[in-house]
Amino acid sequence: MAIAQHDDPDAGGDALAGLAWALARDLRLALRTPSELGVQLLFYVVVVTLFPLATSPDRALLAALGPGVLWVAALLASLLSLPRLFALDLADGTLEQMAMSPRPLPGIVSGKILAHWLTTGLPVVLLSPLAALQYGLDAGEIGVLAAGLALGTPILSLLGAIGAALTLGVRAAGALVALLVLPLYVPVLIFGAGAVDAFRAGMAFDANLSLLGAGLIAATLGAPFAAAAAVRIALD
Amino acid sequence: MAISWYRYASPATFLPVAERLAPAFAVAAALLALAGLYVGFVVAPTDATQGEAYRIIYIHVPTAWMAMFVYLVMAFWSALALAFNTRLSAMMAQALAPSGALMAFLALWTGAFWGRPTWGTYWAWDARMTSTLILLFLYFGVIALRNAIDDPRRADRACAVLTLVGAVNVPIIYYSVRWWNTLHQGASVSTAGSSMATTMLTGMLLMSLAAWMWCIAAALWRVGAIILERERGAAWVDALPAAKGAS
Repeated sequence: MAIAQHDDPDAGGDALAGLAWALARDLRLALRTPSELGVQLLFYVVVVTLFPLATSPDRALLAALGPGVLWVAALLASLLSLPRLFALDLADGTLEQMAMSPRPLPGIVSGKILAHWLTTGLPVVLLSPLAALQYGLDAGEIGVLAAGLALGTPILSLLGAIGAALTLGVRAAGALVALLVLPLYVPVLIFGAGAVDAFRAGMAFDANLSLLGAGLIAATLGAPFAAAAAVRIALD
Repeated sequence: MAISWYRYASPATFLPVAERLAPAFAVAAALLALAGLYVGFVVAPTDATQGEAYRIIYIHVPTAWMAMFVYLVMAFWSALALAFNTRLSAMMAQALAPSGALMAFLALWTGAFWGRPTWGTYWAWDARMTSTLILLFLYFGVIALRNAIDDPRRADRACAVLTLVGAVNVPIIYYSVRWWNTLHQGASVSTAGSSMATTMLTGMLLMSLAAWMWCIAAALWRVGAIILERERGAAWVDALPAAKGAS
């Protein structure tokens, strides 16, 4: 257990080394299957495209819906990519080796989560200004939206990792992880989409971004430990 | 006299206690509910602004309180289960989840029927309603995760982690939803606006106690069934009088 390593003066360095190793490994694996990453991103674009078709091409309506739609699509894209985090490593036994490694498991899990965000969350953040243009958002709104997504999508990866680890190897894991994780995403959605609304209303939107930042710090400190505990439970 | 808590942490010793206590709590729940309903529907005056429709408060508010309280109790047992690796704590958490989900569902259902005559709508995206709905989803998530995992010990610990993560999130969800709602529109209902008559408060407190007692009784009954189901291979279960009569 990670707790046992607290006496070790090098525990912090070990955790960082584990983080860097897992980050490099998962990034390398992800870049070897670029088409898989492309599909995740296309999913986001397609979902964003469906909403105007389902409602109306009216610019005022789309501008009102835009921030919410882009955020919900980001949530769904994050959810869709969660199985990538641990399931493959469980299937080929790598996850068990990671759990047995002398490096603290929360550090390794943090590295995997960071790699997950860099390969699924960051592309969504970078693509969001383009999607926002389709919804007729102006430059200021796009900036606030992208800033919110940049702060919020890492939280989605962090919370999602807990759900992904809890549902490792269970029946109907895909639907179950949605039920477990989506309610936990609610505050991120509210603060993220709310930032654009506040900006539009001429109110202080930085409060929303500050809250997202606070959430990111709290999730960064807590979620890897919960996810690592869940991984150990799944491996027993 | 000090009670030996460790003694009752064993399913074998706890089962007879649960079976003896559950009917007592059920009787207490029935008596309190009868008293509460009498006070609420006969003694309490008609509300000046809402007429008779307000009387659903005697079911609505107690179930809404219990929905939140049961989650806290569930989180408490989950924490104990993870910290001490006690089977009975996890069984208690498992037994509480359906009661909590039922309370959240009843709170939403009665809220819808209360909202129709007073607000003119079954559902509004009011902060409390929305956060109760999300609480119901959290209960469903715990129950679904439990059902999806075949190994009970693994299910115990996975559900405990999920419950604790949810418990950390419940206040954040509540405040975020409340904040979201005030951004969009003013509060559509406020309990602070009306000062309640003493009889109304008495009725509500009696009904809250009744709901509390009922949740304890239902959880004890359920935990008894869970113990028997999980320990069905154990020698002490075969030695029970009921098992002897059946075989």
